[in-house]
Amino acid sequence: MRRTKLTTMAFVATLAAAPLAACSSSSSGGGSAAHTTLTYWASNQGTSLQDDQQVLAPQIAKFTRETGIKVNVQVIPWTTLLTQITAATVSGKGPDVLNIGNTWSPSLQVTGAFVQFTPSVMSQIGGSNRFLAGSLSATGESGKPPTAVPLYSLAYGLYYNKAQFAAAGISSPPGTWAELVADGKKLTKAGHWGLAIEGGQVPENVHLAFELSEQQGGSFFDATGKPTFDTPQNVAAVRQMIDFMQADKITNPADAQYSKGTEALTDFATGKTSMVIWQAASGSLAKLGMNAADIGVAPVPLPSPMPAGGKNITSMVAGINLAVFKDTKNLSAALKFVKFMTSTPEQESLNATYGSLPTVSAAYSDPAFNTPAVSTFRSILSTTAAPMPEVPQESNFETTVGTAIIHLYADAATGKTVTSAMIAQALSQAQQQLGG
Amino acid sequence: MEADSRWLTPPEPNKPSLPRRERLPYLLLLPAVVLELLIHIIPMLAGVGISFLGLTEFYLSNWRAAPFAGTGNYAIALNLNGATGQALLHSFTVTIGYTLLVLSLSWTFGMTAAVLTQRPFRGRGLVRTVFLIPFALPVFASVITWNFMLQQDTGAVNRVLLALHLTRSPPFWLIGPNSFFSLVIVAVWRTWPFAFLILTAGLQSIPADLYEAAALDGAGILGQVRHVTLPLLRPVNRVLLLVLFLWTFNDFTTPFTLFGSAPPTQADIISIHIYENSFVSWNFGTGSAMSVLLLLFLLLVTGVYLAVVRTSGAERRA
Repeated sequence: MRRTKLTTMAFVATLAAAPLAACSSSSSGGGSAAHTTLTYWASNQGTSLQDDQQVLAPQIAKFTRETGIKVNVQVIPWTTLLTQITAATVSGKGPDVLNIGNTWSPSLQVTGAFVQFTPSVMSQIGGSNRFLAGSLSATGESGKPPTAVPLYSLAYGLYYNKAQFAAAGISSPPGTWAELVADGKKLTKAGHWGLAIEGGQVPENVHLAFELSEQQGGSFFDATGKPTFDTPQNVAAVRQMIDFMQADKITNPADAQYSKGTEALTDFATGKTSMVIWQAASGSLAKLGMNAADIGVAPVPLPSPMPAGGKNITSMVAGINLAVFKDTKNLSAALKFVKFMTSTPEQESLNATYGSLPTVSAAYSDPAFNTPAVSTFRSILSTTAAPMPEVPQESNFETTVGTAIIHLYADAATGKTVTSAMIAQALSQAQQQLGG
Repeated sequence: MEADSRWLTPPEPNKPSLPRRERLPYLLLLPAVVLELLIHIIPMLAGVGISFLGLTEFYLSNWRAAPFAGTGNYAIALNLNGATGQALLHSFTVTIGYTLLVLSLSWTFGMTAAVLTQRPFRGRGLVRTVFLIPFALPVFASVITWNFMLQQDTGAVNRVLLALHLTRSPPFWLIGPNSFFSLVIVAVWRTWPFAFLILTAGLQSIPADLYEAAALDGAGILGQVRHVTLPLLRPVNRVLLLVLFLWTFNDFTTPFTLFGSAPPTQADIISIHIYENSFVSWNFGTGSAMSVLLLLFLLLVTGVYLAVVRTSGAERRA
């Protein structure tokens, strides 16, 4: 009897294992460069996924001409990029080269999913000296080999509509938050709003909360890397965000639903709102049909007077990094592609199209980067930008705090009064989700 | 080969082995059993296994190295003083309310429509087809259309409400308290045609002379439904209600398409809640523990339900 049972089990086990074996056997083998096809996950940098495909297509064709390596480009929207990376990491089946939000670098670094850019790997793509130090700082925890290299650099600025400001009799962009609220109230009238906010989106919410918290002298993690979400400074920062909609009434309550990552910018480009806090967006604004003469950009305002311990921070160090998936079967081709994308001509061309900043110093000699907008962002990046917390729990922090703010905006939009106590409770619950 | 043929022997040692002809059904079942193991049982067991691991982002690419967490994940999920436990309980109650509403409304609509279209009339086929459309449409396509229609500023629903002067300020449908009812409406819209389809099929098996006899005894339409239709549909309803319950309770696509990965707290359905806890927070151990708890709950409900309908059915027959 026992023997027959064992036979059954062995039979079932063999059947069960057969597909697994089939999977693993297909992973071996490489092939010469001429027959190699890389899969590249590009993040959404342009006005739409199709727009990104169109921007990247000629560059990819150039790469294929130079090396014979084909590249299959898939543009992944921001709403699903992190989840798809997670799934690829778990399954070991993913792209060869991919874009990641630079703030996720420390979190993704600890998963061990990406190739480490050790000095020898770095030398294969032209050495680390080519990159701007600030951009290179946001590629992972300091002291460990980075698992990504910077591709596009970005910073937040306050975009304002010059024509609408002039029509309302406002001569210069606001330098303090009190001025921003006062200007916003002047500009808000039936069907028109002062400030647009992407209130239903995790990254935009958490980035602004981080910047405002820095200005309040707050911090979301202590020196040992433990979360400290519900401090009074952080509560004040989130309160300020909600109050644009709730108390100052310069933000359309409908913005609480804006979650696609393009809606607030579209409202600004089409003149429905006069201001938006956004990462370098001149390329997208032009594509959305905004008149270039109307686009003004200034650093994000500061509090006045500065609270005790408040820092002169107006932006997080934003940007996109390029990583190589550890399970790639085409490592050398993948590194060639990384080298190509970070080469000076590509950096000039791609960053000029997207309105972002090059991550290699040599590219700045291009006159395309001598515009007032670019110099504003360069000065923000070099003087008043701070990297998001560089702890392994960073992506959890973004998700939990960003989601908490989404719910608070929803409460404010649907008529609930959001108090500081409610904000503190929401932040404390977010912190508990991190086990802190 | 000999062992292969003997393993089909039933466990009782005294019984003689099955004649050759009677082995055939078991052999025919074998592929199904193997697939069942591969597709259902093994992933379920893997999920149970993961629920005992501290599987976080640190072990994503090498999850075999994740440390054993014992019952720690269950303790977190069931600790009602902690944020995670409280949120899970909240999500659970929301889901129960949602399921009961969707179940009762879908069944009522399905039953009414099935009874009304039972007798032949001109255009009956067309009406039945129209009723089935929501069920036939791909979930994503139809629910994303609802998402567009329910937008606060640009949605068709608010346009109509404003045009009819039913409201002065356009309400939010996808955030805040209304989001729960939006979800219920969309789910009922999707689910009731299935109830209608099954009940229509069930009604075909009721002999017409029973209705004639009831009519002769003086029963009106409602009397006929109460004394003929409902009792004879009992076996159909027994299965239908269970299936609808399980589908609605576990539904992921409808709420996810309607709200995305950050659903409003008022409509925080448990399937998305668990998804958030595993994929978004990268804590697959806790997420799996929640899934196992959900599985146990559904097993319990199903078991109790089947036991109750069986005994009540037996009493009726006695």
